[in-house]
Amino acid sequence: MKRWWIWMIAGLLPLQALALSGEEVMKKSQAAFLYPGKDFKARVVMKLINKDGQERLREMTMLRKNVGEAGGEQKYFMYFFQPADVKDMTFMIYKYPAKDDDRWMFIPAINMVKRIAAQDKRSSFVGSDFTYEDVSGRDIEDDNHVVEREEKVGSRDCYVVKSTPKGADADFGHKVTWVDKANFLPLKEEQYDRKGARYKQFTADEVADVKGIPTAVKRTMKNLQTGHRTEVAYVKTDYDLGIEDSLFSERFLRQPPRKWVD
Amino acid sequence: MPIKTSRSKQAPFTIASSPLGERIEERAAPCTRKERPRRERRQSHSLWRDGRGLGRGVVAAFCFIVLLAPLAARAEVTLSGFVQQNTAFNTEAANPDDRRYKWLEERAQLKLDATGGAWRLLAKGDFAYDHLGRKDESELREGYIDYTGGNWDLRLGRQVITWGLGDLVFVNDVFPKDHEALFAGRPLEYLKRGVDAVRLGAYPDFASFELVVAPDFSESRTPDARRFWLYDPMPGVTNRETVKPGQGDVGLRIYRDVAGYDAALYLYSGFQRTPSMRPDSMTVPTKITYFYPKLSVYGASVSGRAGEGVLSLEAAYYDSRQDRAGSDFAVPNSQTRLLAGYQIQPVEDLSLGFQYYAEHMHDYDAYLAAQPAGFPVDKRWSHTVTARLTQFYLHQTLRLSVYASYNASNGDHFINPEVRYSFTDQVWGAVGANFFGGKPWGQFGQLSRDDNVYLQMRYEF
Repeated sequence: MKRWWIWMIAGLLPLQALALSGEEVMKKSQAAFLYPGKDFKARVVMKLINKDGQERLREMTMLRKNVGEAGGEQKYFMYFFQPADVKDMTFMIYKYPAKDDDRWMFIPAINMVKRIAAQDKRSSFVGSDFTYEDVSGRDIEDDNHVVEREEKVGSRDCYVVKSTPKGADADFGHKVTWVDKANFLPLKEEQYDRKGARYKQFTADEVADVKGIPTAVKRTMKNLQTGHRTEVAYVKTDYDLGIEDSLFSERFLRQPPRKWVD
Repeated sequence: MPIKTSRSKQAPFTIASSPLGERIEERAAPCTRKERPRRERRQSHSLWRDGRGLGRGVVAAFCFIVLLAPLAARAEVTLSGFVQQNTAFNTEAANPDDRRYKWLEERAQLKLDATGGAWRLLAKGDFAYDHLGRKDESELREGYIDYTGGNWDLRLGRQVITWGLGDLVFVNDVFPKDHEALFAGRPLEYLKRGVDAVRLGAYPDFASFELVVAPDFSESRTPDARRFWLYDPMPGVTNRETVKPGQGDVGLRIYRDVAGYDAALYLYSGFQRTPSMRPDSMTVPTKITYFYPKLSVYGASVSGRAGEGVLSLEAAYYDSRQDRAGSDFAVPNSQTRLLAGYQIQPVEDLSLGFQYYAEHMHDYDAYLAAQPAGFPVDKRWSHTVTARLTQFYLHQTLRLSVYASYNASNGDHFINPEVRYSFTDQVWGAVGANFFGGKPWGQFGQLSRDDNVYLQMRYEF
């Protein structure tokens, strides 16, 4: 039995094979977090809260439709209710994997549709602490992903994945994501700057079951360096509504159909 | 073209014509109104063309719509609006009327939006008081009914229509504007005026179509000669009148995606939106008549991602139907207009936009031959460059922007810096300035004494 350890390793091999790689975890997480359902609709209420507790409100209806499989192309349509000076404004994104988005904005005051430059996915979404990437996802291939350990967040077992940008041009150093082992939702994420200091923290504060799909209906992004945070609540969330492809067009950007944006 | 008080590539008469056109309607209002049935072929029942004293009409129209709306079964009704203070004061010189303000006004807007099934009604009424002599400035900004069908829709009523890709440069945007609003430091939305029109949209699979038919002609609003110093080649002639076209106009836009680019074709048949002027005699003029020459426009545009930013290309042929030979000095020469724009976001919350814009006169030799002696002559080509910088701060609640335009052919320039801050989600304020310069007859040069600093403060609900 001198070679007991060989048998031991051999016994573990199937388990090793079953364990997910960092990239697989993040792919499943992306599918669970950003791609569930064929389409999706939510009334999004964003509270931008500064360190003194002063609040600003951003409220919109967000519609999303997947063009293909998880990780593939998506179309987003947003209609703004608040603040008052952007009411009735609409915004459309065609999101492509491994390619810059196409974005359009409709300015109702002058009835004009405008294509807008979009190469910076790391810029703030409507002034909040979320970036465009936080809202619509970051390409899995842009980072190296390693499962560092497993750990509980609250009562949930999680993979802890460290993601480091492959390119040198990223404006952050790395991020660490706690991915729920059961439903693959990211329950927590910490972003580190290039000096290694933690500067942003995401938390999924409430997960609800919507049409059988676990959905993070409350989430917070906090800037740890400025103390500013953004709390997001998804209300009236729904999946698989049969949103037509034609919705994502200039026609409806100019005249958003009431049935989709209420 | 760059927002201008007139068409630059024409006889000097037209350079100054549009501002003066406004003067006539202003200064000679009492007499032209009496004479209207004789000179104005069209009966003015359209609210906005009736001039300034239309407050009651607007209030009545708005109230009617407000009362009507809830009657619509199952309609979802929302009411919103704002109150606003807007002041612009001169930094260079007093106005021709000796006042030192370009704008001094309180304004309230009520917007009613009712939707029921395929129908929608929108009414946007402004109630405004001007402290610089115009007094009641109330108007129905927009008021229309929408019907949305399967792959078509219809909009009927007063509506704002914007075509083309330019940033304060208009190639295919042939719809009425308010140039005075921009130069007097009013919020951007006032740059556009509504048209009373029927707009039919059709959306078959292969392309989208937008047909706009306006039964009556609507002109652009040009700066008031009492508030702005404007070039006038014949200042001694005080007898002036305006003749508006007795018919409307029609425009068609066809657009679709072509390999990831937004492509569009534009066709327009109507009239110039700013007037030309014709004296009754070149040697001893006693009377000047303003008119809107016939115009057709054929254009195209394309925009899409290029490199890190968005590239916009636009072109149009301006067919001056009233004088295709180009030999009538009072009518604009036929033109080609070209625009190339590039917009980029180099870092977070900063965006930069650049434009190159050219106008080319087609019948230049005829233009030169017809040009009356002693008047400034434009070049065959006019080259303009513009730049816009927009930077956000404080979670996009503070916006700094600068727009600059420079015409390399005649030195005309215009600079508009602005700082805008949202104090709360309901209240915002802006401080900005308009600086003009160039030759005394240039589109901006003639406004060089009209530099102003403006304030806008708005509470929205």
